[in-house]
Amino acid sequence: MNIILNNNIEQIEADSIVVTDLLRIKNFTFKMLVVKINGTLVKKSDYEKTAIHEGDDVMVLHLISGG
Amino acid sequence: MTIEEISKTLQSKKVGIAGCGGLGSNCAVALARTGLHSLLLVDYDVITVDNLNRQYYFLDQVGMKKVNALRENILRINPGLNIVVSDCKLESADVPLLFSGCDVVVEAFDLADQKMMLIETMLEFLPHIPVVSGNGMAGWGRTNILSSKKIDNLYICGDGISEVGPGMPPIAPRVGIVAHMQANTVLEILLNS
Repeated sequence: MNIILNNNIEQIEADSIVVTDLLRIKNFTFKMLVVKINGTLVKKSDYEKTAIHEGDDVMVLHLISGG
Repeated sequence: MTIEEISKTLQSKKVGIAGCGGLGSNCAVALARTGLHSLLLVDYDVITVDNLNRQYYFLDQVGMKKVNALRENILRINPGLNIVVSDCKLESADVPLLFSGCDVVVEAFDLADQKMMLIETMLEFLPHIPVVSGNGMAGWGRTNILSSKKIDNLYICGDGISEVGPGMPPIAPRVGIVAHMQANTVLEILLNS
């Protein structure tokens, strides 16, 4: 399926995945992430049960220290 | 817009600054010069000598609470500004009430977990209020990779990769650029709304 990940079209070799799968597939190993799907925030505790479907607009923001 | 029209628009606006370190102190000072109506400054920390390499404080203010020193410095620039300070270590539960009256909130924390807490809480409880976050500004040079991104109501300023760490300290010029990118983004949001 195709999704939009951080404004880029991304081909995923599965019909449906959960957020945890996406983070693993894309090798996002950082701890401080903010994830939104179609504009809605997905909390860390929901990563395992929140599905990503064909055409979804996904944002994964990695936050780093400094300020 | 003329200067008068800009002042008139900003006269009713309130901006929250979460964290008064390198990003927050410089961003707040830049906004204070624009003629904004009010600022809400939030921080729990005191000024140390180490902070003076990038934060908008002076040597004789070392030991003072950052929120009080920043209020003092801003009022020397613009005595007409309404400044509310909150001397606290911000927790998720305090965010909705504290920032609900703001037109824009600036995320200016140092640590990634605090940045995440503020962004997540704002997105969950106050999604209508724009948040302008600073993400990635350690080191020096590489001005051309600093950028500003918009994701719905969340605006991210910085390079997204330069984390503070050993050999990669936060230094005035690059932190200052990102702080001013944040102030510039706030202005854009307020004047275009």
